[in-house]
Amino acid sequence: MKILKRQYIILAMLLFAIFFPLLTQNEYLVHVMTLSFIWMIGVYGLNLLAGYTGYLSLAHAGFFAIGAYSLGLLTVKTQMNFWAAFVLALVITSVIGFLVGLIALRTKEHFFAIYTLCVGYIIYLVIDKWDSLTEGVRGLIGIPAPGNIGPISFQTPLSQYYLVLSILLLSVLVMYRIIHSLTGRTYIAIRNSEELAQTIGISTIKNKLAAFVLSTFFAGLSGALYASFIRFIGPDIGHTVITFDLLTYLLVGGIGTLSGPIVGTVLVVWISQQLQFLQDYRMLIFGPVLTLLVIFYPRGIVGAIASWNNKRAGRTKQLALKDTQKDDRFASSEIAPENQVKEG
Amino acid sequence: MLELRDVSVKYGSFTAVQNVNIDVSAGEIVVLLGANGAGKSTVFRTISRLNKASSGSILFEGSSISKSSPDKIVKSGIVQCAEGRRLFPMMTVYENLKMGAYVHRSHRNKTKDSMEYVFELFPILREKQNDMAGSLSGGQQQMLAIGRALMAKPKLMLLDEPSIGLAPLIVEQMFEVIQKINSEGTTILLAEQNANAALKIADKGYVFENGSVVLEGTSEELFSNDEVRKAYIGA
Repeated sequence: MKILKRQYIILAMLLFAIFFPLLTQNEYLVHVMTLSFIWMIGVYGLNLLAGYTGYLSLAHAGFFAIGAYSLGLLTVKTQMNFWAAFVLALVITSVIGFLVGLIALRTKEHFFAIYTLCVGYIIYLVIDKWDSLTEGVRGLIGIPAPGNIGPISFQTPLSQYYLVLSILLLSVLVMYRIIHSLTGRTYIAIRNSEELAQTIGISTIKNKLAAFVLSTFFAGLSGALYASFIRFIGPDIGHTVITFDLLTYLLVGGIGTLSGPIVGTVLVVWISQQLQFLQDYRMLIFGPVLTLLVIFYPRGIVGAIASWNNKRAGRTKQLALKDTQKDDRFASSEIAPENQVKEG
Repeated sequence: MLELRDVSVKYGSFTAVQNVNIDVSAGEIVVLLGANGAGKSTVFRTISRLNKASSGSILFEGSSISKSSPDKIVKSGIVQCAEGRRLFPMMTVYENLKMGAYVHRSHRNKTKDSMEYVFELFPILREKQNDMAGSLSGGQQQMLAIGRALMAKPKLMLLDEPSIGLAPLIVEQMFEVIQKINSEGTTILLAEQNANAALKIADKGYVFENGSVVLEGTSEELFSNDEVRKAYIGA
């Protein structure tokens, strides 16, 4: 029953995303939605590392910027073919992620957060100050839109919307497969207790590094899409402000949940749009709301809904007879990731 | 099978374990007795390489393991079942057991067989396989912890205080199971405060005080030793 309902929700969301540009004639809204999809991909990367593996990286915007600038520089300065540059940008981000991870993962908990915060800021500074390569504060202008794939071109906002949506769906699918595999459970085991993970034979160093690189890969993917969509990038995209934006989306939606990044990003981006007339006073509303949310629902909106469902399911389960238990296995393992409580 | 030679362990400047020598032969049950803080758990953690020995050497099946990483040690056949029934509380019983077979993850059939073996040993776990590990009772959690350790098919199992916080009847069952596991080919190194129950199933034992071994001998020798009786058995 419950799984059926879940499928309907997913289907409804999917249909809405597909038909959204046709429902509204407002091009600006389509633009905002495309941008949200791009952020979501980055938030998924952060979620894998901070939510499932338990390592809060604050260098995420740095890797987002590396992805964006790699694509921008390769296409603008070396005139490389768009898709070749796109793939290369992902490789560059992941390789830098690997090197940073090697050192960063020697630290833990808040030391890891502080260390990555510094790394993120250094990435920002390098982009900001290395004028001869990155054009510094002037930014990089004239990044091409995604190149054609066969007969399909991506010059219009509408086609870009669908391109980004497809890549987002692919990312979610990949995330789903990771989380529901032994690899995902290995990350959760590490978050639960690194020592315990070691005593059952998990190489924590290798797995943490893999999670870190994957996370930077998605940050880079998100950044490269951003660069090709906005077509102008400045050093600000690597600023820690962006990291905390992404973290806000994740916290509101639900850290360590599969649908949290979608829910949080859509909600926060949409509310910010609505409150734009308040300018920076928006934060007077956002601040307290976010604080309350973290205190009362540390697993965000998705986590809160999951725990309500669990409570209700618990009540019905007590009434249900034993012979229905077999079918529960799948359902309960579905709920499992949402049950895990971890410091935000 | 397992030899500790003059092993010392330091936490900062504090020496937790000093010049400990332990011999475990294949097929034995060996018990480490001692009060809280005597150094038993530190010895276990050092064997699993969660702690580093500051001096001395540890040999397993003739080769040194003092420099291996914790996951390599599990692969070589030493599996620790940590004190305090540490599980993955938000995973189901089934998933916990599956995680236990992590080092054999490429052999699915083997994992299935081990799972069947664990379910035969602890039938209650089969019944509760879809429940969250966090929802089990203390005794069941201990069974799951032992079951999960068995999933790795250890040659040597390190059991840290399996009786802690359990009702007397459950403790008795637990020791029966430990004996059964041992008779089916797994060597066991056990840390216990419950000397009475432990010495009944053990082949030999070591008594720890303040980080050193103060007494060692066969179970019978220790059982009839006046000081051991006074300190741990209370008769």
